[in-house]
Amino acid sequence: MSTPEAGLLVALVGNPNTGKSTLFNALTGLRQRVGNYPGVTVARKSGTCDLGDGQKVELVDLPGLYSLAAASPDEQVVIDALSGNIAGDRRPDAVVLVVDATNLLRNLFLASQVAELGRPVVIVLNQADVAKEQGLRIDTELLSRRLGGVPVVLSSAWKGEGILDVRRAIAAALDQKAVLKRVNWPADIAGALAAVGKAATADTGKQVSVADAQRLLFDTNPSTAERLGWTVAQRESTLRSARDRVRYSGYNPMAAEPLVHYAHLRVVLEGVVTEGLGKAGQTAAVDRLLLHRFLGPFLFLGIMLGFFASVFWLAKFPMDWIQAGVDWTKAVVAPQLDAYPMLQSLLADGIIGGVGAFLVFLPQILILFLFIGILEDSGYMARAAFIMDRLFSWCGLNGKSFVPMLSGFACAIPSLLSTRTIEDPKARLATAFVVPFMSCSARFPIYALMCAAFIGPLYGPGWESLVMVGMHCVGLLFAVPTAFVLTRLVLKVKPQPFVLELPRYQMPKPRDVVWRMWQNAAEFVSKAGTVIFAITIIVWALSYFPRDASVAERIKAANPTAAEEVVKAKVQAAYVEQSYMGRFGKAVQPVFDPLGFDWKITVGVLASFPAREVIVSTLGVTYSVGEGAEADSQQLRKAMQDAKWSEGPRAGSPIFSLAAVLALMVFFALCSQCGPTIATLAQETGGWKWAAGSFLYMTTLAWIVAMLVYQGVSRLT
Amino acid sequence: MTPLSQLLPGQFGKLASLNPERGVDQRLMALGLLPGMVLKLIRKAPLGDPLAIEFGGQVVSLRLAEAENLIVDVSADCPIQRPRQP
Ligand SMILES: Nc1nc2c(ncn2[C@@H]2O[C@H](COP(=O)(O)OP(=O)(O)OP(=O)(O)O)[C@@H](O)[C@H]2O)c(=O)[nH]1
Ligand SMILES: [Mg+2]
Repeated sequence: MSTPEAGLLVALVGNPNTGKSTLFNALTGLRQRVGNYPGVTVARKSGTCDLGDGQKVELVDLPGLYSLAAASPDEQVVIDALSGNIAGDRRPDAVVLVVDATNLLRNLFLASQVAELGRPVVIVLNQADVAKEQGLRIDTELLSRRLGGVPVVLSSAWKGEGILDVRRAIAAALDQKAVLKRVNWPADIAGALAAVGKAATADTGKQVSVADAQRLLFDTNPSTAERLGWTVAQRESTLRSARDRVRYSGYNPMAAEPLVHYAHLRVVLEGVVTEGLGKAGQTAAVDRLLLHRFLGPFLFLGIMLGFFASVFWLAKFPMDWIQAGVDWTKAVVAPQLDAYPMLQSLLADGIIGGVGAFLVFLPQILILFLFIGILEDSGYMARAAFIMDRLFSWCGLNGKSFVPMLSGFACAIPSLLSTRTIEDPKARLATAFVVPFMSCSARFPIYALMCAAFIGPLYGPGWESLVMVGMHCVGLLFAVPTAFVLTRLVLKVKPQPFVLELPRYQMPKPRDVVWRMWQNAAEFVSKAGTVIFAITIIVWALSYFPRDASVAERIKAANPTAAEEVVKAKVQAAYVEQSYMGRFGKAVQPVFDPLGFDWKITVGVLASFPAREVIVSTLGVTYSVGEGAEADSQQLRKAMQDAKWSEGPRAGSPIFSLAAVLALMVFFALCSQCGPTIATLAQETGGWKWAAGSFLYMTTLAWIVAMLVYQGVSRLT
Repeated sequence: MTPLSQLLPGQFGKLASLNPERGVDQRLMALGLLPGMVLKLIRKAPLGDPLAIEFGGQVVSLRLAEAENLIVDVSADCPIQRPRQP
């Protein structure tokens, strides 16, 4: 990060999905997330950009927007960045307007608004490759002249074409300070703007710019007035008479701005684009299939089902390899430490057993993100929102809530941030509240473990994928009524407009998809080395200590004739039971008894509150401490399959019965077990109230539903 | 003159009027949907709502309720200016 005085500041501004972040990455060498749907970037990100001649500037990537009449928080970020509102932030020295070369008219509307700010600009016509394919020829020189001599360059950011031209153009803009040609406002509108500007300047004591005067006059939302500190009492009569003046001149004041700008742009663009022969593109044809009245929803479900089946199928072999690697490591390391039983147990049972059990799921995480990356990059995300909007509107949300919810299947944290694209604060709150219900990738390992160890062997691979899909729906099943109650009864959200651009389809770009997989894999692995590692060691230590030799002697004395192996196993079991963890788990277990959890699962559940993936490694530890160094992963699975209740009314029956397995998965589907999610929720909703509410609600709900599942299923089976 | 919501899939119309006081319509105007613009109702979502409309070379999704206030002229000779499919 460079300091404010360090140098010049350049901002990337443009419509959503035009390729700003792709261009940002090409210019700075950084890796911001990109994706083929509007609203990927929701916050400002900065980096350093070399202008080709050694000169360096600070470049900021911003969310996309269609108009400066901003309504949602992500759009407000752009307004603030352009006017330098945020404390400690400067106004940009130049603005790079990123324009979709296939739709100049609409994209230049925003450019024309930005022109009013009077900043030096560069116009980048991005996705030039697509324009060329469609047979569009763009006369950049003519466009540049018509726009008052600002640099206009073509680029294909994702191919890296034209990037040097962009660098040079930025340098030229900073140098020559060419500004965009402004529209000619009709006399009455110009007069009204001047009157508003003058009154606002007089009332607030601040110099109110032309651009601000336009926002004050044309916008219904009061954010600009509030920013300037122009009170309702002060502005009411001025604005009314100014708007009346516009109205008498024949324009609706709320429509005057687009009408004047678009009329201006039609003249500017006259003869700039020539349509030659080109391919029409497949978007319409693909949509005819994927959005078909009857086929569409089935394809939607089919894609999801096929995906979960393939995750198992594809991940099986690499998982076996990792498993074999973990087992091999254990087999090599453990015998070296026969002389130090404690260290042996720490390494073999704790670290290798626990962290290894977690790492085994890496291939599945990779495939999950491969799928998500393809969805995001192909253009299907916006279509999924289109298909689902009806269901969402029924519970008071809209398709804009859909993107955060769908990406919630990857991870709740970026999804919570992406709720910023929703205008209405209440709708945003309701969406943020239900996002953590979506089955994030951290829930995947526990489902996969349970399915592989119990559902698959008992009922076959078909049921395995079906249960997997089912588990991913459980959260959604409860999110919908939750949203309904929240929006209709608690927050009373007004119906939300839903205007969403459906972008054209494209072949997912391997580079972007692989990058998304890689980033998530790296995060997964680093989590294994940090949170999982730490909690695993704590759990291990608590289930290893104390080790009082008297326990072993007592058992040996009680079983004088038993074989050595049997005695050893009994001793280990006794150690674990009287460990701190055993005592604690047994003390708390009654709380989870109605859910069919024994004390080991109880310990796992409690240890998983900071991060739900921990369950897999804690089960790995609690079921392998005492198994000795020979226990490999197959045996862990077997240890779980063989585990039986030792006391109480269920004594002798398996702990992991179908009822308990389902209850455990349902519990994890619904419970709020993620520290970062709670923190992000608090940050996005502006306080701990909703975060605490979410935690209590989800955790209670998880307990109740898992209890019902256990009680119901165990009575049926 | 018909509300956009009553167009059939595939039908063209020329926008006659909208309600600039409404937030949705302001958004649509920013996208270039101004009176006189030719648009096409491409399809309805499988559950009947929302709609996908095309104008000025872009496809935009819009709810039925919002389309009720957009009045289009279907008698006008529209398809001449047929927007290019993206
Ligand atoms: N064919 C082609 N595709 C591009 C080009 N530049 C970007 N894209 C694709 O366009 C999509 C949008 O790119 P982003 O960089 O995420 O767009 P953005 O403007 O940052 O989008 P928001 O953050 O949502 O406003 C991605 O799928 C890119 O791969 C280009 O030059 N040619
Ligand atoms: Mg972006």
